[in-house]
Amino acid sequence: MADDGAARQLDKEILSPKPGIQSPAEGGGDFQPRIVGFLCNWCSYAGADLAGVTRLKMPPSMVAIRVMCSSRVDPLFVLKAFLAGADGVLVAGCHPGDCHYQTGNYYTRRRFALTLKVLEELGLEANRVRLSWVSASEGGRFAEVVTEFTETIRKAGPNPAKTEVFL
Amino acid sequence: MAKPKVAFYWCASCGGCEEAVVDLAEDLLKVVDAVDIVLWPVALDFKRKDVEAMKDGAIAVSFINGAVRTEEQEEMVKLLRKKSGLVVAFGSCAHIGGIPGLANFWDRETIFERVYKDVPSVRNPEGIYPQQKTKVDGVELTLPEFYDTVYTLDQVINVDYYLPGCAPPPDLIMNAVTAILEGKLPDKGSVLAPDKSLCDTCPRKDSKPEKLSIKAIRRPHEVIADPEKCFLEEGIICLGPATRSGCGERCINANMPCRGCFGPTKGVRDQGAKMVSAIASILGVEDEDKVTEEEVESLVKQIDDPAGLFYMYSLPASMLRRKRMG
Ligand code: SF4
Ligand code: SF4
Ligand code: FES
Repeated sequence: MADDGAARQLDKEILSPKPGIQSPAEGGGDFQPRIVGFLCNWCSYAGADLAGVTRLKMPPSMVAIRVMCSSRVDPLFVLKAFLAGADGVLVAGCHPGDCHYQTGNYYTRRRFALTLKVLEELGLEANRVRLSWVSASEGGRFAEVVTEFTETIRKAGPNPAKTEVFL
Repeated sequence: MAKPKVAFYWCASCGGCEEAVVDLAEDLLKVVDAVDIVLWPVALDFKRKDVEAMKDGAIAVSFINGAVRTEEQEEMVKLLRKKSGLVVAFGSCAHIGGIPGLANFWDRETIFERVYKDVPSVRNPEGIYPQQKTKVDGVELTLPEFYDTVYTLDQVINVDYYLPGCAPPPDLIMNAVTAILEGKLPDKGSVLAPDKSLCDTCPRKDSKPEKLSIKAIRRPHEVIADPEKCFLEEGIICLGPATRSGCGERCINANMPCRGCFGPTKGVRDQGAKMVSAIASILGVEDEDKVTEEEVESLVKQIDDPAGLFYMYSLPASMLRRKRMG
Protein backbone atom coordinates (compact mmCIF):
# COMPACT_ATOMS: atom_id res chain seq x y z
CA MET A 1 0.00 0.00 0.00
CA ALA A 2 2.84 2.34 0.80
CA ASP A 3 3.74 2.73 -2.84
CA ASP A 4 0.21 3.09 -4.02
CA GLY A 5 -0.30 5.44 -6.92
CA ALA A 6 -3.13 7.44 -5.39
CA ALA A 7 -1.22 7.83 -2.16
CA ARG A 8 1.78 9.11 -4.06
CA GLN A 9 -0.30 11.63 -5.89
CA LEU A 10 -1.64 12.76 -2.55
CA ASP A 11 1.86 13.19 -1.16
CA LYS A 12 2.81 15.35 -4.08
CA GLU A 13 -0.27 17.48 -4.12
CA ILE A 14 -0.61 18.19 -0.48
CA LEU A 15 3.03 18.81 0.15
CA SER A 16 3.33 21.38 -2.59
CA PRO A 17 2.16 24.82 -1.45
CA LYS A 18 -1.09 25.92 -3.00
CA PRO A 19 -1.45 29.54 -4.04
CA GLY A 20 -4.14 31.16 -1.98
CA ILE A 21 -3.76 28.80 0.95
CA GLN A 22 -1.40 29.92 3.61
CA SER A 23 -0.77 28.20 6.85
CA PRO A 24 -0.46 30.43 9.93
CA ALA A 25 3.25 29.71 10.03
CA GLU A 26 3.62 31.20 6.59
CA GLY A 27 2.34 34.48 7.90
CA GLY A 28 -1.29 34.03 6.93
CA GLY A 29 -2.40 35.04 10.41
CA ASP A 30 -5.70 33.26 10.95
CA PHE A 31 -5.96 29.51 10.65
CA GLN A 32 -6.81 28.49 7.09
CA PRO A 33 -8.11 24.93 6.98
CA ARG A 34 -6.58 22.59 4.47
CA ILE A 35 -8.91 19.91 3.22
CA VAL A 36 -8.20 16.91 1.05
CA GLY A 37 -11.20 15.88 -1.01
CA PHE A 38 -11.38 12.44 -2.57
CA LEU A 39 -13.98 12.80 -5.30
CA CYS A 40 -15.35 9.98 -7.40
CA ASN A 41 -14.85 10.42 -11.10
CA TRP A 42 -18.43 9.87 -12.20
CA CYS A 43 -20.41 12.07 -9.83
CA SER A 44 -18.63 14.23 -7.30
CA TYR A 45 -15.67 15.23 -9.42
CA ALA A 46 -18.05 16.19 -12.18
CA GLY A 47 -20.12 18.05 -9.56
CA ALA A 48 -17.01 19.94 -8.43
CA ASP A 49 -16.21 20.75 -12.01
CA LEU A 50 -19.68 22.09 -12.53
CA ALA A 51 -19.36 24.25 -9.42
CA GLY A 52 -16.18 25.67 -10.92
CA VAL A 53 -17.56 26.22 -14.38
CA THR A 54 -20.63 27.90 -12.89
CA ARG A 55 -18.26 30.14 -10.92
CA LEU A 56 -19.91 29.33 -7.62
CA LYS A 57 -18.23 30.88 -4.63
CA MET A 58 -16.50 28.59 -2.15
CA PRO A 59 -13.42 28.79 0.02
CA PRO A 60 -10.16 27.75 -1.69
CA SER A 61 -9.46 25.23 1.04
CA MET A 62 -9.73 21.95 -0.79
CA VAL A 63 -7.22 19.92 -2.76
CA ALA A 64 -9.23 17.61 -5.02
CA ILE A 65 -8.05 14.10 -5.71
CA ARG A 66 -9.99 12.20 -8.32
CA VAL A 67 -10.63 8.53 -7.69
CA MET A 68 -12.61 6.27 -10.00
CA CYS A 69 -15.12 5.42 -7.28
CA SER A 70 -15.55 6.50 -3.66
CA SER A 71 -14.90 2.89 -2.70
CA ARG A 72 -11.32 3.34 -3.91
CA VAL A 73 -10.62 5.43 -0.82
CA ASP A 74 -8.67 3.15 1.47
CA PRO A 75 -8.66 4.18 5.15
CA LEU A 76 -4.93 4.49 4.59
CA PHE A 77 -5.50 7.46 2.24
CA VAL A 78 -7.39 9.23 5.00
CA LEU A 79 -4.65 8.53 7.55
CA LYS A 80 -1.98 9.61 5.13
CA ALA A 81 -3.78 12.85 4.37
CA PHE A 82 -3.92 13.68 8.07
CA LEU A 83 -0.26 12.86 8.58
CA ALA A 84 0.67 14.98 5.57
CA GLY A 85 -1.00 17.94 7.21
CA ALA A 86 -4.64 17.95 6.13
CA ASP A 87 -6.99 19.40 8.72
CA GLY A 88 -10.01 17.66 7.22
CA VAL A 89 -10.75 14.90 4.74
CA LEU A 90 -13.77 14.81 2.49
CA VAL A 91 -14.86 11.69 0.69
CA ALA A 92 -17.53 12.30 -1.91
CA GLY A 93 -19.30 9.91 -4.24
CA CYS A 94 -22.49 9.25 -6.14
CA HIS A 95 -25.76 9.08 -4.22
CA PRO A 96 -26.62 5.62 -2.84
CA GLY A 97 -28.04 3.58 -5.69
CA ASP A 98 -26.28 5.70 -8.33
CA CYS A 99 -22.70 4.40 -8.12
CA HIS A 100 -21.24 3.88 -11.58
CA TYR A 101 -20.11 0.46 -10.35
CA GLN A 102 -23.49 -0.34 -8.81
CA THR A 103 -22.55 -0.98 -5.20
CA GLY A 104 -19.23 0.79 -4.64
CA ASN A 105 -20.66 3.52 -2.48
CA TYR A 106 -22.54 1.08 -0.25
CA TYR A 107 -19.15 -0.34 0.54
CA THR A 108 -17.74 3.17 1.01
CA ARG A 109 -20.51 3.90 3.48
CA ARG A 110 -19.72 0.91 5.67
CA ARG A 111 -15.99 1.36 5.45
CA PHE A 112 -16.30 5.05 6.23
CA ALA A 113 -18.43 4.41 9.32
CA LEU A 114 -15.87 1.95 10.63
CA THR A 115 -12.91 4.20 9.78
CA LEU A 116 -14.59 6.98 11.71
CA LYS A 117 -14.86 4.85 14.84
CA VAL A 118 -11.22 3.85 14.60
CA LEU A 119 -10.08 7.44 14.06
CA GLU A 120 -12.03 8.65 17.06
CA GLU A 121 -10.39 6.06 19.25
CA LEU A 122 -7.04 7.28 18.00
CA GLY A 123 -7.80 10.79 19.11
CA LEU A 124 -8.99 12.42 15.88
CA GLU A 125 -12.32 14.22 16.14
CA ALA A 126 -15.03 12.65 14.01
CA ASN A 127 -15.95 16.00 12.48
CA ARG A 128 -12.63 16.12 10.63
CA VAL A 129 -13.82 13.52 8.16
CA ARG A 130 -16.92 13.83 6.11
CA LEU A 131 -18.69 11.61 3.64
CA SER A 132 -21.06 13.36 1.23
CA TRP A 133 -23.05 12.29 -1.77
CA VAL A 134 -22.85 14.77 -4.62
CA SER A 135 -24.10 13.99 -8.11
CA ALA A 136 -22.68 15.32 -11.37
CA SER A 137 -25.47 17.87 -11.65
CA GLU A 138 -25.17 19.18 -8.10
CA GLY A 139 -22.59 21.95 -8.47
CA GLY A 140 -24.45 24.02 -5.90
CA ARG A 141 -24.47 21.22 -3.42
CA PHE A 142 -20.77 20.68 -3.91
CA ALA A 143 -20.01 24.32 -3.13
CA GLU A 144 -22.23 24.07 -0.06
CA VAL A 145 -20.49 20.96 1.22
CA VAL A 146 -17.05 22.53 0.84
CA THR A 147 -18.14 25.79 2.47
CA GLU A 148 -19.81 24.05 5.38
CA PHE A 149 -16.99 21.62 5.93
CA THR A 150 -14.40 24.40 5.81
CA GLU A 151 -16.29 26.22 8.56
CA THR A 152 -16.47 23.06 10.67
CA ILE A 153 -12.74 22.57 10.34
CA ARG A 154 -12.04 26.22 11.02
CA LYS A 155 -13.83 25.79 14.33
CA ALA A 156 -12.04 22.52 15.08
CA GLY A 157 -8.64 24.12 14.50
CA PRO A 158 -5.45 22.54 13.14
CA ASN A 159 -5.35 18.78 13.14
CA PRO A 160 -3.37 17.17 15.98
CA ALA A 161 -2.23 14.17 13.91
CA LYS A 162 0.36 16.36 12.23
CA THR A 163 2.44 16.23 15.37
CA GLU A 164 5.07 13.66 14.65
CA VAL A 165 5.71 10.75 16.92
CA PHE A 166 9.41 10.10 16.73
CA LEU A 167 12.05 9.19 19.22
CA MET B 1 37.49 -21.10 13.33
CA ALA B 2 35.98 -19.10 16.16
CA LYS B 3 32.28 -19.65 16.64
CA PRO B 4 30.05 -16.72 15.67
CA LYS B 5 29.08 -14.56 18.63
CA VAL B 6 25.38 -14.26 19.34
CA ALA B 7 23.49 -11.97 21.72
CA PHE B 8 19.92 -12.18 22.99
CA TYR B 9 18.37 -9.13 24.52
CA TRP B 10 14.94 -8.16 25.80
CA CYS B 11 13.23 -4.80 25.97
CA ALA B 12 9.51 -4.15 26.59
CA SER B 13 8.29 -7.74 26.39
CA CYS B 14 6.70 -10.38 28.57
CA GLY B 15 9.47 -12.98 28.60
CA GLY B 16 7.58 -15.27 26.23
CA CYS B 17 10.22 -14.80 23.54
CA GLU B 18 12.90 -16.07 25.94
CA GLU B 19 10.61 -19.01 26.56
CA ALA B 20 10.44 -19.54 22.78
CA VAL B 21 14.20 -19.93 22.64
CA VAL B 22 14.07 -22.53 25.40
CA ASP B 23 11.20 -24.17 23.49
CA LEU B 24 13.70 -25.12 20.81
CA ALA B 25 14.27 -28.12 23.09
CA GLU B 26 17.05 -30.42 21.78
CA ASP B 27 17.61 -28.04 18.89
CA LEU B 28 18.82 -25.50 21.41
CA LEU B 29 21.82 -27.74 22.08
CA LYS B 30 22.70 -27.62 18.38
CA VAL B 31 22.51 -23.85 18.47
CA VAL B 32 24.62 -23.60 21.61
CA ASP B 33 27.18 -25.89 19.96
CA ALA B 34 27.42 -23.78 16.87
CA VAL B 35 27.57 -20.32 18.43
CA ASP B 36 29.14 -18.44 21.27
CA ILE B 37 26.49 -16.65 23.34
CA VAL B 38 27.92 -13.37 24.62
CA LEU B 39 24.82 -11.79 26.15
CA TRP B 40 21.57 -13.30 27.38
CA PRO B 41 20.31 -11.55 30.52
CA VAL B 42 17.64 -14.12 31.27
CA ALA B 43 20.10 -17.03 31.38
CA LEU B 44 23.70 -15.86 31.53
CA ASP B 45 25.60 -13.41 33.67
CA PHE B 46 27.05 -11.03 31.11
CA LYS B 47 26.78 -7.31 31.67
CA ARG B 48 26.51 -4.20 29.61
CA LYS B 49 30.17 -3.40 30.21
CA ASP B 50 31.08 -6.73 28.59
CA VAL B 51 29.27 -5.65 25.46
CA GLU B 52 30.83 -2.18 25.62
CA ALA B 53 34.27 -3.75 25.74
CA MET B 54 33.74 -5.55 22.43
CA LYS B 55 34.87 -4.23 19.07
CA ASP B 56 32.22 -2.75 16.82
CA GLY B 57 30.64 -5.48 14.72
CA ALA B 58 32.14 -8.22 16.92
CA ILE B 59 28.76 -9.85 17.52
CA ALA B 60 27.60 -11.77 14.46
CA VAL B 61 23.93 -11.42 15.26
CA SER B 62 21.79 -9.92 18.01
CA PHE B 63 18.28 -11.23 18.54
CA ILE B 64 16.36 -8.45 20.23
CA ASN B 65 12.86 -9.00 21.51
CA GLY B 66 10.48 -6.45 22.97
CA ALA B 67 9.45 -2.96 21.99
CA VAL B 68 11.36 0.15 23.04
CA ARG B 69 9.68 2.28 25.70
CA THR B 70 12.45 3.43 28.07
CA GLU B 71 15.69 5.34 27.78
CA GLU B 72 17.64 2.32 28.95
CA GLN B 73 16.17 0.13 26.23
CA GLU B 74 17.02 2.74 23.65
CA GLU B 75 20.63 2.88 24.84
CA MET B 76 20.99 -0.88 24.92
CA VAL B 77 19.62 -1.47 21.43
CA LYS B 78 21.80 1.30 20.03
CA LEU B 79 24.80 -0.27 21.71
CA LEU B 80 23.93 -3.71 20.33
CA ARG B 81 23.41 -2.24 16.89
CA LYS B 82 26.93 -0.85 16.97
CA LYS B 83 28.45 -4.09 18.12
CA SER B 84 26.50 -6.40 15.78
CA GLY B 85 26.76 -7.44 12.15
CA LEU B 86 23.10 -8.37 12.02
CA VAL B 87 20.14 -7.39 14.16
CA VAL B 88 17.04 -9.54 14.13
CA ALA B 89 13.83 -8.13 15.58
CA PHE B 90 12.59 -11.17 17.46
CA GLY B 91 8.87 -11.50 18.07
CA SER B 92 5.83 -9.26 17.65
CA CYS B 93 6.85 -6.54 20.11
CA ALA B 94 10.18 -5.81 18.43
CA HIS B 95 8.60 -6.27 15.00
CA ILE B 96 5.37 -4.27 15.24
CA GLY B 97 5.01 -3.14 18.87
CA GLY B 98 3.01 -6.08 20.16
CA ILE B 99 0.84 -6.05 23.25
CA PRO B 100 3.03 -3.46 25.06
CA GLY B 101 2.26 -1.25 22.06
CA LEU B 102 -1.35 -0.99 23.20
CA ALA B 103 0.03 1.47 25.73
CA ASN B 104 0.08 3.91 22.81
CA PHE B 105 -3.60 4.51 23.54
CA TRP B 106 -2.29 6.34 26.62
CA ASP B 107 0.80 8.33 27.58
CA ARG B 108 3.17 8.37 30.52
CA GLU B 109 0.97 10.58 32.67
CA THR B 110 -2.21 8.55 32.24
CA ILE B 111 -0.33 5.26 32.67
CA PHE B 112 1.40 6.40 35.85
CA GLU B 113 -1.84 7.72 37.24
CA ARG B 114 -3.55 4.41 36.64
CA VAL B 115 -0.74 2.14 37.79
CA TYR B 116 0.54 4.09 40.78
CA LYS B 117 -2.68 5.64 41.99
CA ASP B 118 -6.04 4.49 40.62
CA VAL B 119 -5.63 0.72 40.61
CA PRO B 120 -7.79 -0.57 43.51
CA SER B 121 -4.95 -2.56 45.02
CA VAL B 122 -2.70 0.50 45.26
CA ARG B 123 -2.73 3.00 48.14
CA ASN B 124 -0.84 6.13 47.27
CA PRO B 125 -2.51 9.09 49.03
CA GLU B 126 0.51 11.37 48.56
CA GLY B 127 0.48 10.72 44.83
CA ILE B 128 4.09 9.60 44.63
CA TYR B 129 5.19 8.69 41.12
CA PRO B 130 8.47 7.25 39.87
CA GLN B 131 11.04 9.99 39.32
CA GLN B 132 14.08 9.92 37.13
CA LYS B 133 16.09 11.36 40.01
CA THR B 134 15.47 10.92 43.74
CA LYS B 135 17.62 11.89 46.69
CA VAL B 136 17.73 9.28 49.45
CA ASP B 137 19.95 10.07 52.45
CA GLY B 138 21.93 12.51 50.40
CA VAL B 139 22.52 9.99 47.60
CA GLU B 140 20.99 10.57 44.20
CA LEU B 141 19.25 7.57 42.71
CA THR B 142 18.32 7.50 39.04
CA LEU B 143 15.88 5.63 36.84
CA PRO B 144 15.76 5.59 33.05
CA GLU B 145 13.18 7.81 31.41
CA PHE B 146 9.84 6.18 30.64
CA TYR B 147 8.67 7.44 27.24
CA ASP B 148 5.18 8.55 26.31
CA THR B 149 5.22 6.24 23.33
CA VAL B 150 6.16 2.63 22.68
CA TYR B 151 8.35 2.18 19.59
CA THR B 152 9.04 -0.78 17.35
CA LEU B 153 12.69 -1.77 17.17
CA ASP B 154 13.11 -0.46 13.63
CA GLN B 155 11.87 2.95 14.68
CA VAL B 156 14.94 3.18 16.92
CA ILE B 157 17.73 1.30 15.10
CA ASN B 158 18.23 -0.33 11.71
CA VAL B 159 16.90 -3.85 11.69
CA ASP B 160 18.15 -6.46 9.24
CA TYR B 161 15.53 -9.19 9.66
CA TYR B 162 12.27 -9.79 11.45
CA LEU B 163 11.09 -12.97 13.12
CA PRO B 164 7.39 -12.41 13.66
CA GLY B 165 5.04 -13.91 16.19
CA CYS B 166 3.97 -13.83 19.79
CA ALA B 167 6.17 -15.74 20.28
CA PRO B 168 7.96 -16.85 17.08
CA PRO B 169 7.39 -20.58 16.58
CA PRO B 170 10.37 -22.97 16.92
CA ASP B 171 10.45 -23.95 13.23
CA LEU B 172 10.79 -20.34 12.06
CA ILE B 173 13.47 -19.67 14.68
CA MET B 174 15.44 -22.72 13.57
CA ASN B 175 15.05 -21.79 9.90
CA ALA B 176 16.39 -18.34 10.68
CA VAL B 177 19.31 -19.60 12.74
CA THR B 178 20.22 -22.14 10.05
CA ALA B 179 19.99 -19.51 7.33
CA ILE B 180 22.28 -17.21 9.32
CA LEU B 181 24.82 -19.94 10.06
CA GLU B 182 24.86 -21.04 6.44
CA GLY B 183 24.84 -17.50 5.13
CA LYS B 184 21.70 -18.17 3.09
CA LEU B 185 19.68 -15.16 4.08
CA PRO B 186 17.08 -13.41 1.95
CA ASP B 187 17.19 -9.67 1.17
CA LYS B 188 17.78 -7.35 4.09
CA GLY B 189 14.58 -6.11 5.66
CA SER B 190 12.76 -9.39 5.06
CA VAL B 191 10.32 -10.91 7.46
CA LEU B 192 11.50 -14.48 7.95
CA ALA B 193 8.09 -16.08 7.40
CA PRO B 194 5.93 -16.91 4.37
CA ASP B 195 4.46 -13.96 2.50
CA LYS B 196 0.91 -15.28 2.45
CA SER B 197 -2.12 -14.30 4.44
CA LEU B 198 -3.25 -16.52 7.26
CA CYS B 199 -6.55 -17.14 5.46
CA ASP B 200 -4.51 -18.64 2.62
CA THR B 201 -3.19 -21.40 4.84
CA CYS B 202 -6.04 -21.66 7.32
CA PRO B 203 -7.58 -25.14 7.68
CA ARG B 204 -11.01 -23.48 7.73
CA LYS B 205 -10.62 -21.51 4.54
CA ASP B 206 -12.67 -23.95 2.46
CA SER B 207 -15.66 -23.39 4.69
CA LYS B 208 -15.56 -19.71 3.83
CA PRO B 209 -18.37 -19.02 1.38
CA GLU B 210 -17.61 -17.22 -1.87
CA LYS B 211 -19.57 -14.20 -0.72
CA LEU B 212 -19.49 -13.58 2.98
CA SER B 213 -22.08 -11.40 4.64
CA ILE B 214 -22.51 -11.01 8.35
CA LYS B 215 -25.07 -9.05 10.29
CA ALA B 216 -24.30 -9.82 13.91
CA ILE B 217 -20.86 -9.49 15.46
CA ARG B 218 -20.07 -11.90 18.26
CA ARG B 219 -17.19 -11.85 20.65
CA PRO B 220 -15.31 -15.10 21.33
CA HIS B 221 -16.53 -15.36 24.92
CA GLU B 222 -20.17 -15.00 23.91
CA VAL B 223 -20.44 -18.12 21.76
CA ILE B 224 -18.92 -21.54 21.41
CA ALA B 225 -17.39 -21.33 17.97
CA ASP B 226 -17.97 -24.12 15.49
CA PRO B 227 -14.55 -25.81 15.21
CA GLU B 228 -14.93 -26.25 11.44
CA LYS B 229 -16.30 -22.95 10.23
CA CYS B 230 -14.43 -19.79 9.32
CA PHE B 231 -14.75 -17.43 12.27
CA LEU B 232 -15.86 -14.55 10.10
CA GLU B 233 -18.75 -16.58 8.80
CA GLU B 234 -19.96 -16.89 12.37
CA GLY B 235 -19.60 -13.17 12.97
CA ILE B 236 -16.50 -13.56 15.12
CA ILE B 237 -13.86 -11.10 14.05
CA CYS B 238 -10.70 -12.86 12.94
CA LEU B 239 -7.64 -10.92 11.77
CA GLY B 240 -6.64 -13.69 9.37
CA PRO B 241 -7.31 -11.63 6.20
CA ALA B 242 -4.80 -8.95 7.27
CA THR B 243 -2.22 -11.18 8.94
CA ARG B 244 0.83 -13.03 7.68
CA SER B 245 0.84 -16.79 7.78
CA GLY B 246 3.56 -18.92 9.35
CA CYS B 247 2.45 -19.44 12.93
CA GLY B 248 1.02 -22.87 12.23
CA GLU B 249 -2.49 -21.47 12.72
CA ARG B 250 -1.98 -21.77 16.45
CA CYS B 251 -5.00 -19.80 17.59
CA ILE B 252 -7.32 -21.22 14.95
CA ASN B 253 -6.39 -24.75 16.00
CA ALA B 254 -7.22 -23.83 19.58
CA ASN B 255 -10.60 -22.60 18.27
CA MET B 256 -9.76 -18.96 18.81
CA PRO B 257 -9.74 -16.28 16.12
CA CYS B 258 -6.46 -14.72 14.97
CA ARG B 259 -5.42 -11.48 16.67
CA GLY B 260 -2.73 -10.56 14.18
CA CYS B 261 0.51 -11.24 16.04
CA PHE B 262 2.43 -12.02 12.83
CA GLY B 263 1.82 -8.56 11.47
CA PRO B 264 0.65 -7.87 7.93
CA THR B 265 1.93 -9.37 4.68
CA LYS B 266 4.54 -7.56 2.61
CA GLY B 267 2.38 -5.19 0.61
CA VAL B 268 0.30 -3.96 3.54
CA ARG B 269 1.40 -0.76 5.24
CA ASP B 270 -1.16 -0.69 8.04
CA GLN B 271 -2.68 -3.87 9.39
CA GLY B 272 -5.54 -2.16 11.20
CA ALA B 273 -6.60 -0.11 8.19
CA LYS B 274 -6.58 -3.30 6.13
CA MET B 275 -8.84 -4.94 8.68
CA VAL B 276 -11.25 -2.00 8.52
CA SER B 277 -11.57 -2.62 4.79
CA ALA B 278 -11.93 -6.37 5.22
CA ILE B 279 -14.70 -6.15 7.81
CA ALA B 280 -16.49 -3.37 5.95
CA SER B 281 -16.63 -5.61 2.89
CA ILE B 282 -18.66 -8.30 4.68
CA LEU B 283 -20.70 -6.43 7.26
CA GLY B 284 -24.37 -6.25 6.29
CA VAL B 285 -23.90 -6.75 2.57
CA GLU B 286 -27.27 -8.39 2.04
CA ASP B 287 -29.95 -5.99 0.85
CA GLU B 288 -27.46 -3.18 1.21
CA ASP B 289 -29.59 -1.01 -1.02
CA LYS B 290 -32.36 -1.01 1.56
CA VAL B 291 -30.13 -0.23 4.49
CA THR B 292 -30.30 3.30 5.92
CA GLU B 293 -27.33 5.34 7.11
CA GLU B 294 -28.49 4.82 10.71
CA GLU B 295 -28.57 1.08 10.20
CA VAL B 296 -25.03 1.17 8.86
CA GLU B 297 -24.00 2.95 11.99
CA SER B 298 -25.62 0.44 14.29
CA LEU B 299 -24.02 -2.42 12.37
CA VAL B 300 -20.62 -0.85 12.93
CA LYS B 301 -21.40 0.02 16.55
CA GLN B 302 -21.51 -3.67 17.37
CA ILE B 303 -17.74 -3.82 17.13
CA ASP B 304 -16.38 -3.03 20.53
CA ASP B 305 -13.16 -1.03 20.52
CA PRO B 306 -12.34 -1.57 16.83
CA ALA B 307 -9.01 0.29 17.02
CA GLY B 308 -7.86 -1.87 19.93
CA LEU B 309 -8.99 -4.98 18.10
CA PHE B 310 -7.66 -4.25 14.61
CA TYR B 311 -4.37 -2.87 15.94
CA MET B 312 -4.07 -5.33 18.81
CA TYR B 313 -0.44 -6.07 17.97
CA SER B 314 0.51 -3.38 15.52
CA LEU B 315 -0.42 0.07 16.82
CA PRO B 316 3.19 1.37 17.12
CA ALA B 317 3.91 0.15 13.57
CA SER B 318 0.74 1.74 12.16
CA MET B 319 0.63 4.97 10.17
CA LEU B 320 -0.45 7.01 13.17
CA ARG B 321 1.78 5.11 15.61
CA ARG B 322 -0.27 6.19 18.62
CA LYS B 323 -3.38 7.94 19.84
CA ARG B 324 -3.25 11.73 19.80
CA MET B 325 -3.93 12.81 23.36
CA GLY B 326 -6.35 15.72 23.70
S1 SF4 C 1 -10.87 -15.40 8.66
FE1 SF4 C 1 -9.81 -16.61 10.23
S2 SF4 C 1 -10.96 -18.54 10.38
FE2 SF4 C 1 -11.56 -17.54 8.45
S3 SF4 C 1 -10.21 -18.41 6.89
FE3 SF4 C 1 -9.22 -16.51 7.64
S4 SF4 C 1 -7.85 -17.16 9.29
FE4 SF4 C 1 -9.29 -18.86 8.89
S1 SF4 D 1 -3.43 -17.25 14.64
FE1 SF4 D 1 -2.90 -15.06 14.50
S2 SF4 D 1 -2.67 -14.33 16.63
FE2 SF4 D 1 -2.62 -16.60 16.65
S3 SF4 D 1 -0.44 -17.13 16.57
FE3 SF4 D 1 -1.20 -17.11 14.44
S4 SF4 D 1 -0.80 -15.01 13.68
FE4 SF4 D 1 -0.64 -14.96 15.93
S1 FES E 1 -18.58 5.79 -8.99
FE1 FES E 1 -19.25 7.42 -7.72
S2 FES E 1 -19.37 6.39 -5.83
FE2 FES E 1 -18.83 4.73 -7.11
